[in-house]
Amino acid sequence: MAISPSDTTALIHARGLSKRFANLVAVDAIDFDVDRGEAFGFLGPNGAGKTSTMRMIGCVSTPSSGTLSVLGMNPITDGPRIRARLGVVPQADTLDMELHVDENLFTYARYFDIPRDVARRRAKELLEFVQLNDRAKDEVEPLSGGMKRRLTIARALVNEPDLLLLDEPTTGLDPQARHLVWDRLYRLKQQGVTIVLTSHYMDEAEQLCDRLVVMDKAKIVASGSPRSLIDRYATREVLELRFKIDAAPALDGKLEGIADRVEVLPDRVLLYTQDGDAAAAAVHERGLQPESTLVRRSTLEDVFLRLTGRSLIE
Amino acid sequence: MIGTWRVLEHHLMVYRRTWKGGMFVSFASPILFLAAMGIGLGSLIARGPVRTVGGVSYLAFLAPGLLAATAMQTAFVEETYPIMAKLQWLRTYDGMLATPLTIGNLLGGEIGWLAVRQAITAITFFIVLVIFGTVSSVAAVLMIPVAVLNGLAFGLPIMAFSATQRKDKGFPVIGRFIITPLFLLGGVFFPIQRLPQLAQVIAWLTPLAHSVALARSLAIGGSNGSAAIHLAVPATYVVVGIAAAGITLRRRLVQ
Amino acid sequence: MIAILAGRRPAQVPAARRASHLVERNAILYRREWSLIVSGFFEPLLYLLAIGYGVGSLVGSAVTLNGHPIPYAAFVAPALMATSAMNGAVYETAFNFFYKLKYVKLYDAVLATPLGVADVALGEIVWALIRGTLYALGFLIVMAGLGLIASPWAILALPAAMLIGFTFAAVGTAASTFVRTWQDFDLVLIVMIPLFLFSATFYPITLYPGALQLVVQLTPLYHGVDLLRSLTTGSIGPGLVGDLVYLVVLGGAALLLAAVRLQRLLLK
Repeated sequence: MAISPSDTTALIHARGLSKRFANLVAVDAIDFDVDRGEAFGFLGPNGAGKTSTMRMIGCVSTPSSGTLSVLGMNPITDGPRIRARLGVVPQADTLDMELHVDENLFTYARYFDIPRDVARRRAKELLEFVQLNDRAKDEVEPLSGGMKRRLTIARALVNEPDLLLLDEPTTGLDPQARHLVWDRLYRLKQQGVTIVLTSHYMDEAEQLCDRLVVMDKAKIVASGSPRSLIDRYATREVLELRFKIDAAPALDGKLEGIADRVEVLPDRVLLYTQDGDAAAAAVHERGLQPESTLVRRSTLEDVFLRLTGRSLIE
Repeated sequence: MIGTWRVLEHHLMVYRRTWKGGMFVSFASPILFLAAMGIGLGSLIARGPVRTVGGVSYLAFLAPGLLAATAMQTAFVEETYPIMAKLQWLRTYDGMLATPLTIGNLLGGEIGWLAVRQAITAITFFIVLVIFGTVSSVAAVLMIPVAVLNGLAFGLPIMAFSATQRKDKGFPVIGRFIITPLFLLGGVFFPIQRLPQLAQVIAWLTPLAHSVALARSLAIGGSNGSAAIHLAVPATYVVVGIAAAGITLRRRLVQ
Repeated sequence: MIAILAGRRPAQVPAARRASHLVERNAILYRREWSLIVSGFFEPLLYLLAIGYGVGSLVGSAVTLNGHPIPYAAFVAPALMATSAMNGAVYETAFNFFYKLKYVKLYDAVLATPLGVADVALGEIVWALIRGTLYALGFLIVMAGLGLIASPWAILALPAAMLIGFTFAAVGTAASTFVRTWQDFDLVLIVMIPLFLFSATFYPITLYPGALQLVVQLTPLYHGVDLLRSLTTGSIGPGLVGDLVYLVVLGGAALLLAAVRLQRLLLK
């Protein structure tokens, strides 16, 4: 496990961090560090413990045991001081539906004790940043999912946070809205904002994260950069084959030796290989006739499959 | 006709699960008013300058008025948020219109349901009045249809209004500026003749004053000379309400 | 770096400044919805007209205070003022609080900022008090205009109404933490309407049989009504101390309960 050499520079430092509810262990003794200026990801399926971890970092949930420091402070005793320097994008939008778009940013800035004129100016700048300036005086309810998400992100930036926490920033958004959010987050990263995000999308992590940990069943099962994880736990390319329904039993043994590793999923077969096209040719040579073949680069999805034996999104 | 019955059936089925929720507004609250005002305040009035109101005890004076006013309040409760829910929040109507049912069926079903709902409330309340001993004539049983008519006279125009609303902000306004003032000043708690002249004229333009007057004369047994006009005013509201609701519902649901 | 022991979390002391930002949020909302605030004056005035004067004309001078008959409107008005303070506080806390807590998850967003649970509760109660004070002031002015104030003690009716507002705001906040669905609010009404009707609001408590008088004296609104009625009619007696103690103790206990419950609900 990658542990940063000097704990003092880490913005977040966790050792043996656990969260237990009455009859459930949500987070089970995890260790991690997040350094200044990096984009750090928690990846895993629903229920892996990502959100519980985020809530502990955000000082709205008390750890059951272990050590946690955020911005060099103790979340239990310094909650308000830590939260003053955090920006939080929760999993579900918690916008103030009774207030207008710009009022949402203004009042949120006031919660941080930001002077009124500064709050007003920042609200205006941030609405431009998330491309909602023409909706400033509108109600929140009719905004699309992507717009609400961008507004929530703008809201999280209103105190110019040292650390931005994003819990599944693009879940439920359509591809276009998603790319727009990614673009804005990428710009923030360029500006040096430290970002911690959770996701169950591998492509999101690949796009945004410098370093990530893969969580499964309350534990960290792997960590590293997206590329290093792919290198370690997958191959360069993947060949995806789809066969006619019920054809799978007939495959028995026929794919052996073509790829480094074969995964048979309910709806398709994945062949992990350095050269997808060559593998596809070999499949056809053996007289197999898949309905479709697809060669693609391997992704973190494949890493997750390898680590846990399960597909990431059920 | 059969379609209308199907819609009514739907409402009855929902009511089987939710009737407890409305119990308080419809039943318990008017009974509490009857006890506090009719008996408590009534004993003060019995020591006051007039002693009786319209020749009877204050309790007997108040009871038929509360029966009619409860119909108005039930109409307000039933035809505001629930209509908004069916139109917008739960989209019940959209679901119904995806079947052979027509908008006419929806409206017919709503009217039938409102009448049933009003009848349940009025009958229960009537039984309470019998227990309180304020019913002295057989004709008093006719208060039940009078209350149902009053409930429809308020409910249908309110429904027509609700069908035009996209937010629920207008409902408290109706409550504060129409329903509560009528409840307090519309002849339920004291004779309308004690209001200023202008207020009396306004009161007589509403269904409530007429329904209260008619219910009271049925309960106490006084003259029924103006029964025709006391029926005609609420009936006019019903007819206009049906027409208006037909228009606003259609406009809302067929785009 | 401090090792963490399970379940130990020091209760946060509310900071007035942090809580004030939540008050500001509500003020921003109501700047737009000012008509809602204004129409809140309307209902108690209607009751005063209908019951105080309309029904009052049937009552005549049947009500006596310390052996002297007083106008019925002067008798009822302080009770309506107390009821209005209760209603305003409970609606603003129990209903709105529940809406923000469970439906729109407003506080989840607020708690991600430096504001803590105690700040949130304090902010909402202060807001309810500000509104309630405005209503009470408006009602007092109307009472004075109608000649329903018989004593200079009435000047204390304003802080007294604030105390009633505080007590019921604390009770309402505590109650809201127990509410699971909108249906549960029927229970809140089932408590509030009898309180309104039977707290010696419309007739003197002496009209009740002895045992019932005792029961009524155990309920909170009765003490609010008694407090305001004593002040506006000038019948000052030792009973006032009992009213004050009752309201302060109930309010304090409810506030404590609300803080503990909220801490548990919001900081899982």
